[in-house]
Formats: sequence, C-alpha cells, structure tokens
Amino acid sequence: MKTVTANRLTDGRVIYRTATGQWSTDLAEAARLDEDQADATLEIASDESHIAVGAYLIDLEDDVPGSHRPGGQKWRREGIRLTGPTTGSTHTQATA
Amino acid sequence: MYKYDSYDHAMVADRIAEFRDQVERRLDGRLTEDQFKPLRLMNGVYLQLHAYMLRVAIPYGTFNSAQMRTLAGIARDYDRGYGHFTTRTNIQYNWPALVDIPDILDRLAAVEMHAIQTSGNCIRNVTADPFAGAAADELEDGRPWAEIVRQWSSFHPEFTFLPRKFKIAVNGAKADRAGIRVHDIGLQIVRNEAGTTGFEVWVGGGQGRTPRLAQLINPFLAPEDLLSYLTACLRVYNQHGRRDNLYKARIKILVEALGAEEYSRQVEDEWAVIRDGELKLPAEEIARIRSFFDQPKAVEPTPVPVTENRAFARWLDRNRRDHAVDGLSSLVISLKPIGGTPGDITDTQMDAVADLAERFGFDEIRATPDQNLILPHVRNEDIEAVWNGLVDAGLAVANAGLATDIVACPGLDYCNLANARSIPIAQAISSLLEEKGLSEKAGDVTIKIDGCINACGHHHVAHIGVLGVDKRGEEFYQITLGGAFGADAAIGSIIGKGLAGEDVPAAIARALETYLDIRADNERFIDTLRRVGSDAFKEAIYADA
Repeated sequence: MKTVTANRLTDGRVIYRTATGQWSTDLAEAARLDEDQADATLEIASDESHIAVGAYLIDLEDDVPGSHRPGGQKWRREGIRLTGPTTGSTHTQATA
Repeated sequence: MYKYDSYDHAMVADRIAEFRDQVERRLDGRLTEDQFKPLRLMNGVYLQLHAYMLRVAIPYGTFNSAQMRTLAGIARDYDRGYGHFTTRTNIQYNWPALVDIPDILDRLAAVEMHAIQTSGNCIRNVTADPFAGAAADELEDGRPWAEIVRQWSSFHPEFTFLPRKFKIAVNGAKADRAGIRVHDIGLQIVRNEAGTTGFEVWVGGGQGRTPRLAQLINPFLAPEDLLSYLTACLRVYNQHGRRDNLYKARIKILVEALGAEEYSRQVEDEWAVIRDGELKLPAEEIARIRSFFDQPKAVEPTPVPVTENRAFARWLDRNRRDHAVDGLSSLVISLKPIGGTPGDITDTQMDAVADLAERFGFDEIRATPDQNLILPHVRNEDIEAVWNGLVDAGLAVANAGLATDIVACPGLDYCNLANARSIPIAQAISSLLEEKGLSEKAGDVTIKIDGCINACGHHHVAHIGVLGVDKRGEEFYQITLGGAFGADAAIGSIIGKGLAGEDVPAAIARALETYLDIRADNERFIDTLRRVGSDAFKEAIYADA
C-alpha cells in the first residue's frame, strides 16, 4: 500500500494526504492507497502546490493490516521524516 | 573586520525586499514551486527532509560578537534554539518557516550578514585559513584578498549561472588550513625571490563524486592582477564547462579533460585581453581593504599559563595555538562534545561565545572548516577566564584535532540528498573512542563522515573517511584511509566492502589500536599509515567482519 506525502509550503513540515483530500502532519490519518488509487491521488495532490510542495508516493508496510508505518526500500528515510532526526538531541525532534 | 559601506547596505536591503516579495507571491500562488525554487536557493533557502533550511554566509569564517548574538537570537526566535556550523564556515538553521525567512534576513542585514550566494551555481562563500591574521606561521593575512574576491563575485552578472557551483579559498600561511588543493580555485600566498608577495593559483580541485586535487597553473600571480586572472579562469570554465551533465559540470572535470596545460593556455589567452583593463586592482583599494583587518597591537608578553588543573592543562594542550604576536594565543572552541552532534551549538552557547569574544577576544570569532569556532586573539593572562567561561557554557571540550573532533555532514537525519545517516555514526565513534581512551592516546587524527557522495563532510580528505551508502534500504559505510587536507593533501582510498553502521565505531577503534601498536616514536597516524601502507589497518578494520 502507498500514501502521498509532501512538505507544507508555509513551514516545510512533513504532511500526508488524507482520505478526505486534506493534508495532515499525522501519518495515521493518511489515506492507504492501492496502486491505481495512488497514481490518481498523486496527480490531484501535485496540483495543490500552493499547500504542499513536492508531493510523491511512499510505501507503507504491507504485512501489518492497517499499518501506517513507512515501508519499502525508503523506510528509514521516511521514518526519519515522520519522527525526526535520530541524533538524540532534544532540540531536533520533529514534534518540538 | 570588513564594515559594510552604503553600497553594501543598499545591495543587501534591495535583495531582501525582492525576496520578501517573492515569498509573498509564492504563498499567494502567483509563483509556482518551479518558479520559486531557483529564487529561494539564491537566498540560501533549501527544502530539506523535515523543513526549510537557511544557510547564512560567514565570509571567510570571520564574524564578531554582535553577529554571533544575532545568530543566537535567530536560533531562539525562529528555530529550535540551535544552529549548525558547516565545513564551509557557514551556519545553517534546520527549522525556519518560509514565512519567517524575510524577517530573519532583515535581522541578519542589521549586523551586516546575509544568505546570498550560499547556494546555486555561482561563486560561493570564499573560505580562508581560520587562523588568518593570527597564525604564527603566516606570510600574509589572506582575508583582505578573500574580501576583495567576495566583493567582486557578489551578484557578478557574468558568473551567476555557471555550469556548477564554484568555491574559492585563500591561504596565507605556510601550513594550508584552507584546503587550497580541494577547491575549484585555491589561492596560496607566496613570496618570490624579490621579496614580493603574490599568489600560487591552483585550479580544478574538489571532492564529491569525482574527487580531484587541484593543479598549479600559475606559480606567481601579482596581487594587482588577481581579479582579472580569476575572471579569465571563470570565463574559460563558463564557456567550456559541461552544462549537459550535472556530474561532469565542475571545473575539475574540465581541467582534467583539457589538461592543466591547455586550460592554463586558454586562461592566459583570455587574460592577455583583459589584464590591463578595469579589473587591475589599485594599490589604494588594496590598502583600504587591508585596513579593515588590522591585527591586535603588541601586548605585554605574558606567558601562557601553567596549571596543575588537569582539565585546564589538557584543554590548553589541545585547544591553544601559538599567535603571531607575543602575549596572545588563539583558542579553539570545540563543537564536538563526546557523543554530540558535530557543529551544533545552542543559542545560549552562542551568546556565551559572543560574551567571551567581546570581553577577552578583541571582538573576533572564527568558524572553521572542521565545524569548530576559534577566538583568534586572546591575551595569555585571559586564557583561564575564557576557559572558565567555556566550562560554564559546556564548550570546554579538550579535543581539537583529536579523533573525537569528528567532522560530519548532516546526513540522512536532515538532508534531502543523503543516502545514509552521518551524525549518529559520529556520535557512536566519539563515544567509543573516548570510553576506550583512544582519542587522546592517538593524538592528531582526522575522521570525517559523509552520508552521500557529495562529500560535504570532506571524507575524501580525512585520515579515516567514512561514506554512508544505501543498499536496498540498509545503511552501509565504506571506509577510506590516507586522505589529507592541507599542504600534503591526498584523496583517501576505499579499503574494501562497506560495514554495517553498528560495526563502524569498533572497526575504527581497532584501526587506532593498530596504529598505537606499530607507530614509531612521535609518529602521527597519517605518517604511520604512509610508512607501512594500509594492509595492517585494513586487517584490523575487518577483523570482526
């Protein structure tokens, strides 16, 4: 399964496309999309560059039903985008 | 240090007003991202993994306490209370909102700073020996020349859209602390037989995907001809550089393809046309720029303190450097706490450094290519007070030049281009080497880490380089040995297959233990490696693989 992610225009924060066509900073709210839905959703999302910059598709874990964890070969990169730098410094956390 | 004139102030103010308008038009949809991206990059604004990143220029690494306090205030008010010093002596903010950046630029302009030309295919921030104007081994302060180049290259209409970015360094000391041979153009100040100073001109160095050492194309360039000669160098590159291939667009590829001799011939042809024109530097202008860079006057030659305080003594031993003026010292402020993030500094630490520079350091601070800071001029009688201030600020780390003084790019924790993480590897190496007592025992060793082949962390020129690569979603780290940054510059060699990240710290520890076992008296790591070759080190690194 896939979902659409981007960076928010105003502040660059990581956002995900929801099932209702909104954008959320919470991956749990992201739409889980099959291959056909994914391409169509990305096309729509890419037209919203006044909100979301550089929209692209990411993989979600397939082996856990309902999972909203990044999967595929880019799982680490997308995991870092989701939860912030892994450097352990309190001043760097994505949710700060 | 250099002070803006009315033209400088107007130029920066105009650019901020222009960028403020561009941001507004982007936010209200009049500009698309494709239209806006090159405009924001020209103002140092990147979009990274989590947020925008703003890169602020610190020309040739020199700044003052007012500027440092402004950087601290920006970190506090617009970021997350910290900044990150880079290998190009800039500072980066990792979390600013786009809507705030014009206001940040206004704050910077108030203290004569900006973010112009910190990105894009233009001439970037000129770098210099971070000890320039202070070093005991200096022939001449390179910063006036760096400032002349900065003024010439700022908004230069002919060189704003080069085939690729372009980096120039100036070094005025016998030891090369500016990395002359790993820059697009390196200017080494030399003295000829007549006793006149001029420049060796080295061209075509660089790191990244295709690391190359620069080649000498002019053994003595008269100072007044500096700008005309640089113009000729840039023109040949601008005309023939590979705009068709991003990976072959740097000048190092052109110089290699043409050969240094042919490249030099073309430069000479171009130079012959322009050398006696308007770019010839008037002596009075050189003197005017030099007047901004006066060295502190001679002081009472108080000796360097002798102490029985072991922590202070250790810090003096590692972080103090001799100064050209008797009674003064240069002090390195390490931004490499054990297990910390190389180059990071909090807003309160920035304020503390500003206070120390103002009280004890002739109001000067330097940023270094090693991601550290320097107070270049401190009276010897004030050294202990500075150290106490650094202890209070958590900045008295006694490891300048040691293996724990690790350089690391931001890597996959921040950077959009990275394939693997750098900072956690640096943290783990630092912690392990300190735990084993190897850092101090091994003495001068450079370890530099990159999360991709672009090599912002300079792994190619480290004694021990670490390059992160991605293999089907897993991080692996290639080790290089034998690189060097400076007069004995060398590109390190990859010694074998990549290691898993968790295996890298122990592998490097074993390499240092091997060095300690086989070194001759007082032999540095790099000298032992050059003497015996890499086999013993390779065996140690892969001992557990």
